[in-house]
Amino acid sequence: MDRLIELLPKLWLSAWETVYMVGIAMIVGGILGLVLGLALYLTRPGNLLENKAVFTVLNVIVNTFRPIPFIILLAAVQPLARVVIGTGIGNNAAIFGLVVGSFFAISRIVEQNLLTVRPGVIEAARSVGASPLRIIFTVLIPEALGPLILGYTFIFIAVTDMSAVAGLIGGGGLGNFAIQYGYRLFEPAVTWAAVILIIVLVQFVQFIGNSLARTVLRR
Amino acid sequence: MPLIALSNVTKAYPPRSKGAPPTVAVDDVSLEIEEGDVHAIIGYSGAGKSTLVRLINALERPTGGRVTVAGRDLVGLDERALRQVRRGIGMIFQQFNLFESKTVWGNVEFPLKVAGIPRAEHQKRISDLLHFVGLVDQAHAYVDQLSGGQKQRVGIARALATSPQILLADEATSALDPETTRDVLGLLRRVNTEFGVTVVVITHEMDVVRSIANRVSVMEGGRIVEQGEVFDVFSAPRTEAARRFVAGVVPTVPDADTLATLRSRHPGRIVSFSFADGGTDQSAIFLELNRRGVGFELIHGGIEDIRGRTFGTITLALTGDDASIDEALDRLTAVATIVKAA
Ligand SMILES: Nc1ncnc2c1ncn2[C@@H]1O[C@H](COP(=O)(O)OP(=O)(O)O)[C@@H](O)[C@H]1O
Ligand SMILES: [Mg+2]
Repeated sequence: MDRLIELLPKLWLSAWETVYMVGIAMIVGGILGLVLGLALYLTRPGNLLENKAVFTVLNVIVNTFRPIPFIILLAAVQPLARVVIGTGIGNNAAIFGLVVGSFFAISRIVEQNLLTVRPGVIEAARSVGASPLRIIFTVLIPEALGPLILGYTFIFIAVTDMSAVAGLIGGGGLGNFAIQYGYRLFEPAVTWAAVILIIVLVQFVQFIGNSLARTVLRR
Repeated sequence: MPLIALSNVTKAYPPRSKGAPPTVAVDDVSLEIEEGDVHAIIGYSGAGKSTLVRLINALERPTGGRVTVAGRDLVGLDERALRQVRRGIGMIFQQFNLFESKTVWGNVEFPLKVAGIPRAEHQKRISDLLHFVGLVDQAHAYVDQLSGGQKQRVGIARALATSPQILLADEATSALDPETTRDVLGLLRRVNTEFGVTVVVITHEMDVVRSIANRVSVMEGGRIVEQGEVFDVFSAPRTEAARRFVAGVVPTVPDADTLATLRSRHPGRIVSFSFADGGTDQSAIFLELNRRGVGFELIHGGIEDIRGRTFGTITLALTGDDASIDEALDRLTAVATIVKAA
């Protein structure tokens, strides 16, 4: 217990690192995933920008990368991180890994939620002469907004989970804290302090996500 | 010149699996719809009606033939030009297809935004439309709070927002109960008579055709098999397909089963009289029978009225001596087509 009090400043720092890593990864991965998810949806046969070749290629890419376990992906994209952001270790390299890891998962979730919009509604928008771009931003996304918010909330929790292994490439965060100071030093209280903070963080985001979705869905 | 003209239009969808034949949804259809018409297209599910109507506003492109709307050939136009054309053609749907993320007001405003109509004009236009469809009080409700009939009214207001010349209604009343159907059809009739909008109504129900259309095309297997004035198709259908639709709603000569039932319940000779056009006076029949001392009872059929012109078939059970009945029937061949039940 004394050990935990001693480590409190480190605990807060780690909590902040988790929020920072997951937050940045969600923003960057969220935007990229939205774009790829839209592309998957729009090029799907029968949809607005139907293009079988593009759809097939994108689909294969997502199916190839999405199932790779994150701990392996993180190590595998390390050389790429060095090229793109200039470093292969630390929090920023971990963020890079999280973006790659979440990107494909988000795109699939976005695609699936867009598919819940009834094709007839898109057809109605086309029938008044709306352009694809207008349909995407003023019909498609608003119509799917509730499920999209829930999807992003779900992904946030998955990314928080992924961020726990950032320590592998020298990143910080609550996962690293729990392993390094709790597990390795036989201090269960320290481990559990990290666990509780993660639970609080996840519950908080889940609550926000649920409330937003409820507001959007008017339930 | 017709407002809408299809000539030898074909729409084939690529086969679902390699090697299979393509689905020919619309097969060499030629159709002209005049300005001011309410033109119904009737056919069973899968006949190609939706595909046909979606060719008119270019939601689908034909694989053969020519589609002309208001003198413009749609086949040569690019997507951007087609979007312009669609702004002049409203469409309503069986499932309403309203935007659930928008209010009633937002739904009706959408086409105005798309057409780039100045925001200052939206207020008046939308409230006029909501008055027309009777939904002023629901303006700020979300559409999932509305009943089916109200939803279709929103659909109509949305379709009319940009004052189109043409309204396409794809099974617009098929999801509604009979009373709501009547209301919505009444509204469509007003769209036609008050605003002069040419209406194309797709349906599988002859009742819908009878109550609002002046012309009808019967579709089967991607083709239009019969076409004409509603009165003519109802009173004298020429094809088997048209006869099947008409038989459901128009009293006809009883079929064998019905005849057997009728015979078991009524003594005397069973005779059907058909009137081909509005000229026939039923009282002529009754007077003639009376004069000959022939007793009669109306046991089947009835008279139809389509826009003031009547036609129909009545089946009578005649009692009296054979000679008088024969004599009466002889005379009556002048005013009606007579079918004597065997
Ligand atoms: N997008 C499509 N792709 C392939 N086949 C289609 C498509 N749309 C319609 N069809 C086929 O075309 C035929 C006519 O369909 P449709 O026009 O919807 O008929 P209806 O509206 O009279 O029920 C059906 O066999 C249907 O399966
Ligand atoms: Mg249909």
